[in-house]
Amino acid sequence: MTPTIEARGLIKRFGKTHALDGLELTAEPGQVLAVLGPNGAGKTTFVRAVATLLPLDGGALRVNGHDVGREPRLVRASIGLAGQFAAVEPAMSGRENLVMVARLFGQSRRQARASADDVLEQLGLVEDADRLVRTYSGGMRRRIDLGASLVGRPRLLLLDEPTTGLDPRSRMELWEAIRRLVAAGTDVLLTTQYLDEADHLAGQVVIVDHGRTVAAGTPAELKRRIGGSVIELRAREAQDLPQLALILHGLGMGEVQTDVGARRVSVAVSSAAADLGAAMQAVRASAVEIEEISARQPNLDEVFLALTGQPRGTTAASERQAA
Amino acid sequence: MTTLTPPLARGRLVPSTAVVTQRALLRFVRTPQLIAMATVQMSLFFLIYRYMFGGAIRIAGMHYVDFLVPGFIATGVLFSGIGSAVATAEDLEQGFTDRLRSLPIPRSAVLAARALADTAILTWASAFTTAIAFAVGFRLHGSALDGLAAFALVVVFGFAFEWVFVLLGLFARTAQAAQGMGMIVFPFAFISSAYVPVHTMPSWLRVFAEHQPLTYMVDAVRALTLGPHAHLLLGHAAGWFVTRALLWAAAIFAVAFPLAVARYRRG
Repeated sequence: MTPTIEARGLIKRFGKTHALDGLELTAEPGQVLAVLGPNGAGKTTFVRAVATLLPLDGGALRVNGHDVGREPRLVRASIGLAGQFAAVEPAMSGRENLVMVARLFGQSRRQARASADDVLEQLGLVEDADRLVRTYSGGMRRRIDLGASLVGRPRLLLLDEPTTGLDPRSRMELWEAIRRLVAAGTDVLLTTQYLDEADHLAGQVVIVDHGRTVAAGTPAELKRRIGGSVIELRAREAQDLPQLALILHGLGMGEVQTDVGARRVSVAVSSAAADLGAAMQAVRASAVEIEEISARQPNLDEVFLALTGQPRGTTAASERQAA
Repeated sequence: MTTLTPPLARGRLVPSTAVVTQRALLRFVRTPQLIAMATVQMSLFFLIYRYMFGGAIRIAGMHYVDFLVPGFIATGVLFSGIGSAVATAEDLEQGFTDRLRSLPIPRSAVLAARALADTAILTWASAFTTAIAFAVGFRLHGSALDGLAAFALVVVFGFAFEWVFVLLGLFARTAQAAQGMGMIVFPFAFISSAYVPVHTMPSWLRVFAEHQPLTYMVDAVRALTLGPHAHLLLGHAAGWFVTRALLWAAAIFAVAFPLAVARYRRG
């Protein structure tokens, strides 16, 4: 089966910056691929390249089997793009926006109206459909922007940081909408800075930094490599931190991280449920007073550290020095 | 495997342009600030010129209002162009252009829509100001047909100049930068025959004023509206100016259009 996206050695330079520096990834049909990385990792550049908005300086990029440079129109006919900024017309109603984009996909007036109705229903925007978008909340704007990328019935949906800047409730609503789409058979490429977002939505995760692929796999595989969760202790007194670090060292999988300013120590563990209890017992036995003990998902910094052995942002630079 | 029929983007230039133009026009009529900028501002400046400077400026053999109106309306092309540059940059800045560029439509449709919509807005603003001009004493001294021809000429010139401003907006990338770059219209607007006769300027300014496109445009409109006075004031008949104004419009379009399209394609 033709991969949805096939990227080989992508290069894109802006002046001296390498926005893409050999990025590789393959997205298989029938799933959500999340591109996870920090700000400036090249995520948006990659999405823009997939959407035919940006000529590449090197590498090969095929979308739904079509080369983005040679057959951009075929690519454009098969994708929908929703960006970081809600790219809808604020002076038009939600429905008018959707009908406009549907018409630009070549649908007749009647088809366009029907597609708009479908999408409004799908995104729970029927009641607000005839209000001007400039009266919408941030979350609703983002949903109508998502809707605009759907009315053309694309095979592949590109979502560039779809939930950045949204409040938690709007974020959940958008996740719900994306999940329904996937269930209905749309392939999705999404970029995100949040590990939990990739975890919730994606079947495949590609971690990028400095325009390169750092790691790829299913969320479960990646989590196995980095430890499923992180146990964190907050000391009452900073002087107790070394002792707490020692306790965690006995439990964890990797190196113990100490943050003196926040009086915290943390370590990646394989099973939060089992290891949290063990940590609690060990702390009680040691008679060190703590303010807080918690188990949580690793954050992006910890993922980078675990996968590259270095804090994020230093990988490519040091590799380039070595080369 | 049979491939899907490629969407025939080429054949969809007209419908796509129509849809995108409609959006720009809806944005205009539904945004009071934009209407005020285009309509009220132009008429307000007109009244200031008419009543404040008008008392001090004497033109031999005619009322200043009859001299001013053709100059003012023709120059309005430049000032309303700033709005097009800002709108073009705003669409880039806010990601709207990215959305349009990711759709299976001819890329020239997006720019053509901007130019058409803004020409329509210019036509509206010019018509509104012309109506006010008639209310405060402006009269056609030639035939009504000549008057309509003068108005049509402004619209044609406006369409050609649109492409310069679209190009400006594409380079500016942000609304604020576009606003700043729009200042380039001031020397063209003021160092021209629009508000005062060119012969009153020092000779070094006159060289520029006499040969720049706007002066030909202003004088063409003036020649068409002044009737028999025109030849006396301007030294040539209307046809002489109209031909040159149209040649300038064609030249401006021929340069700015391909540059704007090339710039847009580059992304």
